[in-house]
Amino acid sequence: MNTVRHPKLNTAMGLVIIIVLLFPIYWMVNASLQPGGATVDTAWLPLNPDLSGYRTALDEQGGNLMTSLMVALGSVVLSLVIAVPAAYALVQFRLRWADYLLFAVLISQMIPGIVIANALYNVYAEIGLLNSIPGLILADSTSGIPFAILICRALMGSLPPALVEAAHVDGAGPVRAFLSVVVPVSRNAIITSGLFTFLFTWSDFLFALTLTTTEEVRPVTLGIYNYLGAYVNDWSSVMATAVLASLPALVLLVVAQKYVAAGATGGAVK
Amino acid sequence: MSTTDVHAHRTTTPPADRATGGGAQVTAVRPPRISARGRAWRQRLVATLFLGPAVIYMVLFFGYPVIQNLIMGFQHYTITTFFTDEAPWAGWANYTEVLGSPLFRTALANTVIFTVGSILGQFVLGLGLALFFRRRFPLSGALRSLILLPWLIPLIVASAVWKWLLDTDSGALNRVLMGSGLIDSGIPWLSSTDLALFTVIVVNIWIGIPFNAVILHGGLQTIPQELYEAGSIDGTSRWQAFRHITWPMLRPVVSVVLVLGVVYTLKVLDIILGLTGGGPANATQTLATQAYQLSFATFDFGQGAAVSNILILISLLFAVIYLRLNRRPVDE
Repeated sequence: MNTVRHPKLNTAMGLVIIIVLLFPIYWMVNASLQPGGATVDTAWLPLNPDLSGYRTALDEQGGNLMTSLMVALGSVVLSLVIAVPAAYALVQFRLRWADYLLFAVLISQMIPGIVIANALYNVYAEIGLLNSIPGLILADSTSGIPFAILICRALMGSLPPALVEAAHVDGAGPVRAFLSVVVPVSRNAIITSGLFTFLFTWSDFLFALTLTTTEEVRPVTLGIYNYLGAYVNDWSSVMATAVLASLPALVLLVVAQKYVAAGATGGAVK
Repeated sequence: MSTTDVHAHRTTTPPADRATGGGAQVTAVRPPRISARGRAWRQRLVATLFLGPAVIYMVLFFGYPVIQNLIMGFQHYTITTFFTDEAPWAGWANYTEVLGSPLFRTALANTVIFTVGSILGQFVLGLGLALFFRRRFPLSGALRSLILLPWLIPLIVASAVWKWLLDTDSGALNRVLMGSGLIDSGIPWLSSTDLALFTVIVVNIWIGIPFNAVILHGGLQTIPQELYEAGSIDGTSRWQAFRHITWPMLRPVVSVVLVLGVVYTLKVLDIILGLTGGGPANATQTLATQAYQLSFATFDFGQGAAVSNILILISLLFAVIYLRLNRRPVDE
């Protein structure tokens, strides 16, 4: 089946498929480069690129982009600090309840976010975590932590036990052995987990929608949603915001190709 | 890399067994001055240190919300609760009210149509793409990785872009259709009660294609080439090869993709809220959006909890199926 009879024909077909599939993304970029205002007859090509959409987007959403960035970075740090040692302990130590924890991690990924938001809103209201960056970091990590535990555990399970034994023979305690041997060797799994946690958190909409109620702390996803709520008359700045909000995905696809493929498949557990 | 990951998740116990074997050897080489009991105690301490934060997090951010949601489902938990701090016991009142409302029936029906439609479309198109990109031709790798893009951009971005593409008066789709003379006036893709659910499903299919294509492509890579070579000697057609080699070998991956797709689609909120907000006239209201609106628009957290508990129940049903499939060895 892999014998290709018409390589050029296949490339042409592949190109057509990708062009059709990615047209909405092309349209987003194209519309973002059009002069704002007259959007009824948006040109098919950005022949006279105009950056005013981006200027408006940065003026109105710049703060929200920063909020998203801080929340996403915070969530990456929190998720890795919690998940990586846990993943290691799950494969390294003989624990009767390790299987139960793993089961809980798997099940947790199936719990609809609205359930978590429903309960958290009321607790957050009481303890003052609504409209706060730490509150969002904690809630957003509900997607990063289980994912990172599963990805890292899968890889650490295949590490040769001799590696850690050698560290112990050299007199390293469990914590030292973990930090100086396991973490460096598991680098790929940790990077994959970190990248995806960033992406999950950056894209989060549900917690932004339910756990923030004022403008002081507002991720860019909610900024876009608020644009959509009103009648839109300036699509070019909405699309410019959309492009800016998609940048992490674009960077990830270009720079971290191999991690993305691994994570996408690892995402089968998500 | 991609396929090994899928299988690594499939086997839940073996890696742990191997590693604990290593752990036993570790204790054997430790200096003898520490007693056996001391060693066991120390190991437990380290395990607690490593696992403790994760356990605490899981309890606080998954365990607590689920239990709290179950309790709230039986309470009159409304806006007044915030002032009085009282949520009187409601018994089954939230459930009877929710289940008896016509809106629930609409939402349930929409959830089923949305889920089945989305999964069918995503799967068929994803499988088609996976099969196509198994061929090797110039640029196939680069083009294949571009497929991922719709899956990586934030869902709310995707819905913003599609909302603009599908705009009745100025959207690109209607402009093409009108320009080609197929229609005289713009089709109200998102604002017609007859079309909105269909349109939302199409957009959700677009979002789900990359995930299906990538996982199924990974599954296809594990099928030994020799099977096809043997088949071609016997003179099997392409369709026969698919029917008798590809499909049976791919089935375990297929079931995981489908079950995960269902669990994932049941909780979709971003796309529907972004495109239609559940409207027009509840035409795109699903259980997830109804739960959201009961809790956060009408501030009846009790009824919102009741709907989302029903959603958990449906998700868990599929989660159990998933775990059963997951435990089974691939070649069964």
